[in-house]
Amino acid sequence: MSAVSEAATSSAMRTREATVRRFAFTDMVFRAATRASAILVLVLLGGVAISLIAGSWEALSKFGISFLSTESWNPVTENFGALAPIYGTIVTSAIAIIIAVPIGIGIAVFLTELCPRPLRRPIGIAVELLAGIPSIIYGIWGLFVFAPFLQTTIQPFIIWLFKGIPGLNSLFAGPPYGIGLLTSSLILAIMVLPFITSITKDVFDTVPAVLKESAYGIGCTTWEVTRRVTIPYTRVGIMGGVMLGLGRALGETMAVTFVIGNAHRISASLFAPGTTISATIANEFTEADGAIYTSSLVALGLILFIITFIILALARYMLLRIDSRTGA
Amino acid sequence: MATAASLHQSRKRKNAVMMALCVIAAGIGLAWLALILGALLYKGLSGVSLAVFTQMTPPPGDAGGLLNAIYGSIVMTIIGIVVGTPIGVLAGTYMAEYGRFSKLTTVVRFINDILLSAPSIIVGLFVYELMVRPMGHFSAIAGAVALSILVIPVVVRTTEDMLNLVPNALREAGTAIGAPRWVVIRSVAYRAALSGIVTGILLAIARISGETAPLLFTALNNQFWSSNLNAPMASLPVTIFQFALSPYEEWQQLAWTGALIITLTVLGLSIIARSLTGRREDR
Repeated sequence: MSAVSEAATSSAMRTREATVRRFAFTDMVFRAATRASAILVLVLLGGVAISLIAGSWEALSKFGISFLSTESWNPVTENFGALAPIYGTIVTSAIAIIIAVPIGIGIAVFLTELCPRPLRRPIGIAVELLAGIPSIIYGIWGLFVFAPFLQTTIQPFIIWLFKGIPGLNSLFAGPPYGIGLLTSSLILAIMVLPFITSITKDVFDTVPAVLKESAYGIGCTTWEVTRRVTIPYTRVGIMGGVMLGLGRALGETMAVTFVIGNAHRISASLFAPGTTISATIANEFTEADGAIYTSSLVALGLILFIITFIILALARYMLLRIDSRTGA
Repeated sequence: MATAASLHQSRKRKNAVMMALCVIAAGIGLAWLALILGALLYKGLSGVSLAVFTQMTPPPGDAGGLLNAIYGSIVMTIIGIVVGTPIGVLAGTYMAEYGRFSKLTTVVRFINDILLSAPSIIVGLFVYELMVRPMGHFSAIAGAVALSILVIPVVVRTTEDMLNLVPNALREAGTAIGAPRWVVIRSVAYRAALSGIVTGILLAIARISGETAPLLFTALNNQFWSSNLNAPMASLPVTIFQFALSPYEEWQQLAWTGALIITLTVLGLSIIARSLTGRREDR
């Protein structure tokens, strides 16, 4: 009797041990799988960097550092330089940011200070929906609706307005093509607006109510509270949002490809067609014949990767700083 | 006394001006959305017909539809999601559960946030170097892999965020009745965070269904019906790109219709995703 129960207990012990071991094993496997996936994220970014360096090696070793300072882009003589696309990328992104930042901050102020509460969420969502629209949609809209509008109304007016003013008249020199650097900048501004707005709104919400209330208490107007309390308190976060928008603008491809005109030259006029790094790659990659042509395009990609990596890393660093402050 | 009153007046005026500018800024934001959606509806709706969904992309100058492009987009999106989602969910699980305080998590989170906003054309170049060049030809599978690389960071981010919101007391209760860690994660944490994780997947679908740049030189394009994953495949965004820049009126019309289809899909997905998390917040 007791022997039987002893045997039963020990067999129960054994199955129990086996079960625990099995649990521990499955747990180890699951843990290893999650860890491997996390490491894969790092491997992806490393892989991107390595493959871009490998793919651009031929062009970089042939042209060297002068690749960065050469304007010529000639597939026939196989002489390539990145200056025009780099110039176009930086100019369009910079103008886009200059336009989008004040509007983005304005919308954020409107949403946090002025907007009636029931409207706040719908308007916030509507602005964020702008962020979800694929860039090719902005492209087709820019090409068929926005560019003709600029060409027939805005651009002739601006050309006429600045005709006699030195400096400005070469910056806005005609003829009005509709497509070009300025059109791309405006489309980019619309595209980065939601990113800047939503981050600015989020960091505005982190301002302690007590700070704002004490400013209101000594008789400040809403604008003075925004200007003297909210914006100084959230400066780092706003900068992070702006950098994030800049990162998007620099790498934006399809919308720009539609409206920039793809001309490999640097013109003083913002109305002239130009090109950006991503637009050049998108337009020419599948048609590139010859190893050096393809390699030069990958080298452009590498430059874009490095620029955006630095900008985005800075953006994340700034946003982390404001996160840790509100967390503390 | 007079100066104090006038100072008060000028401060009030300045406030009114700045606040009016803010309202105008919000108006501009909403007006753009309305303008773009309006143009899309106006130009796209006129081309919507049964033929769009039943016929292949036409040769220049002919009437036709977008069937092969729609099919290609769906196939590559599904493969991209099926490949990318498990990796993203597992990585997010590591960051929120096993390695919440580890150094690796901090690094992965930083890199993942950069991948999240990295230019998608760079991902296209990467997959070109990784798959297209060694295989020697463009293929749908390369396009799907490029899309899955875009899915991963979105899913990682939302999974980690949502798992972090699950109260620790739930996990402790699971552990207290003797459940091993992976059972707790699977049956408690995943279940509590389910709607958030699904939101992340929906947002990822919304993101990749409109992506053009990574497909340009991975899946390329195809004028004809093809279900061969090892061959070039048409997709809606690339077809729109090709047709919109063409001089043919029929092609441009199809591009507008395709753009409308993509936009409605993407907006629909993000609204569903938002309403899922919205409900959770209310509760």
